[in-house]
Amino acid sequence: MQLGKVVGNVVLTMKNDTLDGVKLLLVQPMSSAREPIGRVIVAADSVGAGVGEEVFFVRGKEASFPFYPTDVPADAGIVGIVDSWHIG
Amino acid sequence: MILAKIVGTVVATRKDPRLVSSKLLIARPMDPRGKPEGNYVVAIDTVDAGFGETVLIVSGSSARMAAGLKDCPVDAAIVGIVDEIEISD
Repeated sequence: MQLGKVVGNVVLTMKNDTLDGVKLLLVQPMSSAREPIGRVIVAADSVGAGVGEEVFFVRGKEASFPFYPTDVPADAGIVGIVDSWHIG
Repeated sequence: MILAKIVGTVVATRKDPRLVSSKLLIARPMDPRGKPEGNYVVAIDTVDAGFGETVLIVSGSSARMAAGLKDCPVDAAIVGIVDEIEISD
């Protein structure tokens, strides 16, 4: 899992049926120093995150597990909203 | 998932039987502001996307979870046509 910040959202009308009702957010992965790392990705939200919040997300097929038993075609998913973190 | 713009099509006669009648498109990944980034990908289209449209691509084994792609040998699928991207500064 990785830390990231929600920076926006994506709206789709024409979509695969399995994506119906799934909220999609833009997430900027970030380092422990809150610096952006890498590309902005689109992640499926299962916890009700919003723009500006710090979250942690999973990559890969596991991103669809929160929606079980529906097979949601997601390769990135927000699974938690971060309250705080501490290193060292 | 990544955002991408459709830039072309692929035609293949000899292919895996499970890919018969699938539409293959070439997409260029882009950032939310429209700037191209990374390499081109060939993706299976599940939503009737067309040239020049901005789409959502799911990659890896999750691509097979899109409706209609069960057990297909694919690692990138177009699962939505993007209407709008809102990004905060």
